Amino acid sequence: MTATQAPGKAVGAPISRVEGGLKVRGAATYAYEHRLHEPVYLYPLQSTIANGRVTKIDASRAEAEPGVVVVLTHENAPKLASTDDKELAILQSGDIGFRGQFIGAVIADTFETARYAASLVEIEYDENEPDADFRADRDDLYTPEQLNAGFETDTSVGDADGAFDSAAHKLAATYTTPREHNNPMEPHATIAVWDEDELTLYESTQGVFWTQKTLAPLFGLDAGKVHVISPHVGGGFGSKGLPHANVVLAAMGAMLVPERPVKFALTRHMMFTVAGYRTPTIQRVRLAADENGKLSAVSNDVVEQTSKIKEFAEQTATSARMMYDSPNIKTTHRLAALDVSVPSWLRAPGEAPGIFALECAMDELAIECGLDPVEFRIMNEPENDPESGLPFSSRGLVECLREGAERFGWNGRHPTPRSERDGRWLVGSGVASSVYPVYSMGGNAATVRANSDGKYEVEIGAADIGTGTWTVLGQIAADELGVPFEDVEMKIGDTTLPNASGAGGSSGITSWGSTVVEAVRSLREKIEADHGGNIPEEGVEATAKMPKNPHSGDFAMYAFGAHFVEARVDEDTGEVRVPRMTSVFAAGNIMNAKTARSQFMGGMVMGLSAALHEESVLDTRFGHVVNHDLAEYHIPTNADVGEMDVSWIEEDDPYVNPMGSKGIGEIGIVGSAAAVANAVYHATGVRVRELPITPDKLIS
Amino acid sequence: MKPYRYERSEDVSGTISTIAEEPEGAFLAGGTNIVDLMKLGVMSPDMLVDVRRLTPDDVEETEDGGVRIGAAVTNSDLAAERTIRSRYPAISEALLSGASAQLRNMATTGGNLLQRTRCVYFQDTTTPCNKREPGSGCSAIEGHNKNHAILGASEHCVATHPSDMAVAMTALDAFVVTHGPDGERRIPIEELHRLPGSEPERDTILEHGELITAVELPPTAFFSNSKYRKVRERASYAFALVSVAAAMDVEDGVIRDVRIALGGVAHKPWRATKAEEALRGEPVSEANFRAAAEIELEDAEPLSGNAYKIPLARNVIVRTLSDLSEEGR
Ligand SMILES: Cc1cc2nc3c(=O)[nH]c(=O)nc-3n(C[C@H](O)[C@H](O)[C@H](O)COP(=O)(O)OP(=O)(O)OC[C@H]3O[C@@H](n4cnc5c(N)ncnc54)[C@H](O)[C@@H]3O)c2cc1C
Ligand code: SF4
Repeated sequence: MTATQAPGKAVGAPISRVEGGLKVRGAATYAYEHRLHEPVYLYPLQSTIANGRVTKIDASRAEAEPGVVVVLTHENAPKLASTDDKELAILQSGDIGFRGQFIGAVIADTFETARYAASLVEIEYDENEPDADFRADRDDLYTPEQLNAGFETDTSVGDADGAFDSAAHKLAATYTTPREHNNPMEPHATIAVWDEDELTLYESTQGVFWTQKTLAPLFGLDAGKVHVISPHVGGGFGSKGLPHANVVLAAMGAMLVPERPVKFALTRHMMFTVAGYRTPTIQRVRLAADENGKLSAVSNDVVEQTSKIKEFAEQTATSARMMYDSPNIKTTHRLAALDVSVPSWLRAPGEAPGIFALECAMDELAIECGLDPVEFRIMNEPENDPESGLPFSSRGLVECLREGAERFGWNGRHPTPRSERDGRWLVGSGVASSVYPVYSMGGNAATVRANSDGKYEVEIGAADIGTGTWTVLGQIAADELGVPFEDVEMKIGDTTLPNASGAGGSSGITSWGSTVVEAVRSLREKIEADHGGNIPEEGVEATAKMPKNPHSGDFAMYAFGAHFVEARVDEDTGEVRVPRMTSVFAAGNIMNAKTARSQFMGGMVMGLSAALHEESVLDTRFGHVVNHDLAEYHIPTNADVGEMDVSWIEEDDPYVNPMGSKGIGEIGIVGSAAAVANAVYHATGVRVRELPITPDKLIS
Repeated sequence: MKPYRYERSEDVSGTISTIAEEPEGAFLAGGTNIVDLMKLGVMSPDMLVDVRRLTPDDVEETEDGGVRIGAAVTNSDLAAERTIRSRYPAISEALLSGASAQLRNMATTGGNLLQRTRCVYFQDTTTPCNKREPGSGCSAIEGHNKNHAILGASEHCVATHPSDMAVAMTALDAFVVTHGPDGERRIPIEELHRLPGSEPERDTILEHGELITAVELPPTAFFSNSKYRKVRERASYAFALVSVAAAMDVEDGVIRDVRIALGGVAHKPWRATKAEEALRGEPVSEANFRAAAEIELEDAEPLSGNAYKIPLARNVIVRTLSDLSEEGR
């Protein structure tokens, strides 16, 4: 929308992203594209064994290659000030913890020279047999102290085992989700420059301050000595949240060539080794219900993977703790520590795999109880949060289910599988619920500046990873200021701006937006108190920190949603096509109807992708993912995505934050894979509990 | 990527003698396969001879009423060619089911035939592969082999040939015309690609420096009743799990003649001669199609991850023949 917004009416409007034109013209500067004087190019050396150590590196042929500036190995690498994080503390010894780990780099005056010279480096290893076999029946599974984001590892309310044993209806099944790689369009990229004891990083990151605070102690610097610049990011999906070793390698390389910018972008292959991924999960789910279909037990026992060099424990079963009403709920998480690269965040870590299993199980139990899957869910809607006992600040699941059923045309659906066909296509439909917590992250501050010409500047070191931050924060500021959207200029993506949390946990708008609102309020008070209500000639600014939410601790805060999917399965070939998806969300006040729709839809497509396509195949003999490119690792093409009906209900939640908004970046992926799997079951009568649902699993 | 020389030539015999003296030299056409493999370090020629201007880039009628396709005709041009669409629709369908529009604009007929396997280990220089490095072992036999061969494989290699177009051409009795150090050859396409045997490093029977100049299609009338069906894990932009190209001549409910070739099942496009034989002279019926498919697949030997290809190939043969018998009526 280009028309001027009336003051106070920007929030909610479908305003096109302000940097859209720059991106379309190729004028938005991504990390690798910053033009700096006389850059050099880094190409990494990666281990070709999964476990052992480097015994010898002969770089003489590489060093002799014209154009090569320096070869970095553990023998000449700068010593890091902190080596606690074994993922990041690269090149401190010859030890190798996973295949593909960085063991050095070639820096040269062109990318091509660096890559070719890297192929000339001869490396010898002392190799141990890798252990990369992920199974639930390993005898060395262990219990992590806590899960990602600080969640409890195991929980138990009531007696789930006892209730299960004595129930009228029950379902016990094991669901598996594969290893998945984030694969944002823009690869991880860095330009690193050292000037004396100051490090500048042009970086593709979900949080400039996250990068700063991670990198500074590694190099023994005060945080202020690390300057991170990241105005535009071509997606991250979690893989650019916690910094990975690529940025450390670039910074180390740059130390060897002071004042020269070192450029390093991961190739697609490398993105399957060093940039994080979603752990595979094996989930043993048990549900029980009484004769009427009222749940009496919910449990999910999860086995997942981590790396021996660093723990990451995905919070897979946390949503089973709060989703449905049951007097008995039990969840556990166990880890297999393997000689593999380090798992990390991938869009909705925890909820995405966990809700897949829970919502397929709910479908199975509904059928077992002879109930419609929508009604079965509604019957088991809790009054208060089953986990904390707190009331929900708002809980729109039932409304989403009813509204979605209506829009999709669910009512009147024949419950029996294989009851509809269209030529060779078996046609079915499925439903699943969705949920995502309302997170906020600490440490935010914002500065708002009023100029005498009536224009405003808002500064906060937030991130826009393609989500719309540039635009939406401007909308929030404009409405709070009561001025037209066009009169506000945003500044984000730089550590010279006020401190901000990163884009993660769908927390951005809650955290940054609350802070911006607070800064505007301070500015207004200041103008009132110090300047008699008028903006002085020289302008005036105010800085504020994120206020504490007075309602936190009083309510359980979540966004909800419901997905409805039509699936068609070719009887002869097992090919699955999804011609339409209807999803309805209850996510508080929607800040921008256009960017929100894109976020929801992107999540839904990613769930479709998880349902039908994505799987990183790890060859346990070598310890690496062998289908490591986008020809072999499939995501949907345009032809795979049918009609996407995205909507949301009006939801007024005064407790979550001053805007009444909930995070929307991740909820779309949660539950959508289950809805596809449930639809495939309804079409075929075949229950596939192992993602992805590929033709080989349906053919007979 | 290893540094290499680039040459362009417009003289066939000169080129052939140049490359004959360059054991590490290779031809370059659209570059959509060889350049990728060079970047991955899988192929490292020290000289590339660009043959796009060396071979014809048009489609013309032959004396016997068939069609000659120049080796430099792009995949997109060939798919759109009116004669191909009306007289050999399986070829057009096969081309359009492959790769993406951008790739088809670059890719050529000659290059498409000689594209190399998509076996993930072949493309990864850090893993053993007999095809890439003879004697190093085959990683796929006990590894990720979901996409690998069920027919004609050996203990040395279980790779499949990835081309869609070649499968359709194999069903439609194509000949490949080459120009090599020993002059011209006209090779039945079935004989162009090899089974891996003990020399998986050799994809085809071509000699080093032998240039494909054209593909010829016979004037067989019933090829206008031909079809290509490709099964893949997504709706577009994926290689075949299994594909079937077939042509059928039906009169009064009886199969007068039939051609069937399978893709995604072997080291070469697999001409299903046993199934064809079983069907000639038989009445059109799903039971007969099924029986013929089963005869062809009797020798199939699945690996740990690809047993699904046997019922899949059977079903797709049956379906394609059923569709053809309906449409050909
Ligand atoms: C992402 C991706 C997806 C793809 N999907 C599909 C698919 O679904 N189906 C499919 O069939 N293909 C697919 N392809 C492969 C594509 O069809 C081939 O890459 C293309 O056809 C090769 O043609 P080219 O002209 O670019 O060959 P080049 O890459 O130039 O050459 C390939 C080989 O042929 C040799 N060569 C070329 N011309 C001649 C000649 N005249 N005489 C002798 N030797 C010659 C070269 O030396 C080289 O070894 C895909 C490719 C990519 C990258
Ligand atoms: S199947 Fe063939 S190409 Fe693949 S690893 Fe084995 S030898 Fe190499």
